[in-house]
Amino acid sequence: MNLKKFNIENKKIRNLIPQVLTVLALLSVIIYFATNAQINMGNRGISFGFGFLSQEASFDIAFSLIEFDGSYSYGRAFLVGLLNTILVSIIGIFLATILGVIVGVSRLSNNYLIAKTAEWYVEIFRNIPLILQIFFWYFAALRALPSPENAINLYDVSYLTIKGWYIPKFVWINFDIFCYSLILAFISIYFLNRYAKKQREENGKILPTFTLSLGILISIPLLSFLLLGVSLSLNYPELKQLSETSYTYENGVSIIPELIALALALSMYTATFIAENVRAGVMGVGKGQKEAAASIGLNKGQILKLVVMPQALRIIIPPTTNQYLNLTKNSSLAAAIAYPDMVLVFAKTALMQTGRAIEIISITMLTYLTLSISISILMNWYNKKMAIKEK
Amino acid sequence: MIKSIKTWILVGFASLLLVACGQGGGGAGSKKSKTLDNTKKAGFVKCGVSQGLPGFSNADASGNWSGIDVDVCRAVAAAVLGDADKVKYTPLSAAERFTALTSGEIDVLSRNTTWTLSRDADIGLTFVGVNFYDGQGFMVRKNSGINSVNDFKNGISACTNTGTTTELNMRDFFNSKNIKYEPIAFEKADEVVQAYDAGRCDTYTTDKSGLAAQRTKLSAPDDHKVLPETISKEPLGPVVRQGDSVWEDIVRWSLNTMIEAEEYGVNSSNASSLKDSDNPAIKRLVGAEGELGAAFGLDNEWSLRIIEQVGNYGESYKKHIADTGILPKRGPNELWTKGGILYVPPAR
Repeated sequence: MNLKKFNIENKKIRNLIPQVLTVLALLSVIIYFATNAQINMGNRGISFGFGFLSQEASFDIAFSLIEFDGSYSYGRAFLVGLLNTILVSIIGIFLATILGVIVGVSRLSNNYLIAKTAEWYVEIFRNIPLILQIFFWYFAALRALPSPENAINLYDVSYLTIKGWYIPKFVWINFDIFCYSLILAFISIYFLNRYAKKQREENGKILPTFTLSLGILISIPLLSFLLLGVSLSLNYPELKQLSETSYTYENGVSIIPELIALALALSMYTATFIAENVRAGVMGVGKGQKEAAASIGLNKGQILKLVVMPQALRIIIPPTTNQYLNLTKNSSLAAAIAYPDMVLVFAKTALMQTGRAIEIISITMLTYLTLSISISILMNWYNKKMAIKEK
Repeated sequence: MIKSIKTWILVGFASLLLVACGQGGGGAGSKKSKTLDNTKKAGFVKCGVSQGLPGFSNADASGNWSGIDVDVCRAVAAAVLGDADKVKYTPLSAAERFTALTSGEIDVLSRNTTWTLSRDADIGLTFVGVNFYDGQGFMVRKNSGINSVNDFKNGISACTNTGTTTELNMRDFFNSKNIKYEPIAFEKADEVVQAYDAGRCDTYTTDKSGLAAQRTKLSAPDDHKVLPETISKEPLGPVVRQGDSVWEDIVRWSLNTMIEAEEYGVNSSNASSLKDSDNPAIKRLVGAEGELGAAFGLDNEWSLRIIEQVGNYGESYKKHIADTGILPKRGPNELWTKGGILYVPPAR
């Protein structure tokens, strides 16, 4: 190997210097803040450490996906908050995407009424601060709901009230077998699609993959019910009297109004931005593309699926990733309406009870960072998959 | 060319940082009262209060704060700066209050804060006294037929504030009664009131004084009542940062002066005329005897100014709590000589 001198003339070394300096600068900033915090905390008699995470939390949380009460630790409380954040983000992203696509496409509609309605929706909801929308859904829309004894009765199985939406509780037997059957179904669908693609490319045969996939998705779990002893029963919510005038429902599952309000506000708000992305994406595909596709004999569905969407998605995905990230981060406004997300449970309640401001805020920031980066990675992977592949 | 400029900027930036590192960390912790010096320099007392709790700390339409918690800050300002109005109020949520104090954003936290062991010992705070003895209670709708906490049933939903001792007491209480409950904890008191008012919860729980005060904000206050039981001790009082004992003493004795003044019948209208009183305790209170102020670097009339400008504890209570109809009876907050538990060490 040809060893060059450590010389400024050496291009490799010259290029390395700024990099090294940047790393050094970054390190000194971190060290400066860390020592500064340490000294100031020492002066004020505040100890530092993460031991509190295993201490008993001794407060309760109204809504939790895993078992929790005050006898569990602060660490567990953090997990409850994190799961609640993820839950509302997933619901929000799901609803925002559906609504966003519908509104985005509606804006391009030739029907004047539909197009104008969609436009007004976008202009109204994206221009009102999110926190006000959350308050609107929670305090204005919630107040309109009846108390439990006069609940809005949905087919005698589920009840919508001011205290929440009470739905039946699923009681499974052999739930694990059901899960495996679902996984098996998805694996089969994957192989079916691969086979179908091969058939199309080699023999020019087109299989009805969608119908077949749906069939597999229904039949395999159904078989697990019929043959493998999986069963599902429902516990319906029942009205219970608490006092002379107040009631509640028991035995079912309660979806708390805080979650409903937050998910609605987040998705209605974010959907406006996604709608604009969708509109931009569809408009970004040249008219000539559609005409060319039609001229080679593709039908309308094929044009949309094979020509327009792949190109539109390239425009839609990157800005929509931003919206997904925004939605996840905006879910931290939950604290205002008492939805027990990570910020309320951990960065507020646990922080107050323990006084560990620096530790808790660092953990919370790192967790949001991790969440956001995970969404980014997922969306970047999808974006890459959809990108133009030069052959 | 461009690359070399970038390099030099980076070098400059890094060396600046290194200099900063060398000087860093000398920031806090001197022996004398830095807080007192800073307060005198700034010309106002930095005081943390609630975001609006009638009777304790509440701002009117033009932004003037009043309440018994506010009076503690006013007393400190009168003692230190000679003018009770020289206070800068920072409204804080329950969750923000201690961080605001430990980080130096405020110097006195007078925000109906419960004195507990862990807060006093663990997070760099010092409680200087109690200006209101409170206890946690429950508010329910009158027509609910609930007359005592024994009428609570499984499935009850309870609204409260997050980050408070209330949240912990509530759990202890419901656990001891073996009642399953749904805790709805909001960050701000106004939202708790709104949610309870809307019927989201069956009961609203917080300190009884708070319940009495918040009840006035409900759409129909007369439809609600506070249950007789008290489920916890809540001694509320002002808090300072740990590590500045002079400042701690100033705040403690500003509060004590107000209570002691009531005990000796000294009030805002008669204070200056009592300079030639026969009672040496009264003479010390109005600065006509002894050199008490010198102990924390103040002149001798510091306590006279508190009494003249803010009034004694009884005046403050009457004005903010009793006359506003929040809690007309003083209960435990009466002087020890009149059957209450207000008892302060002698100022001598």
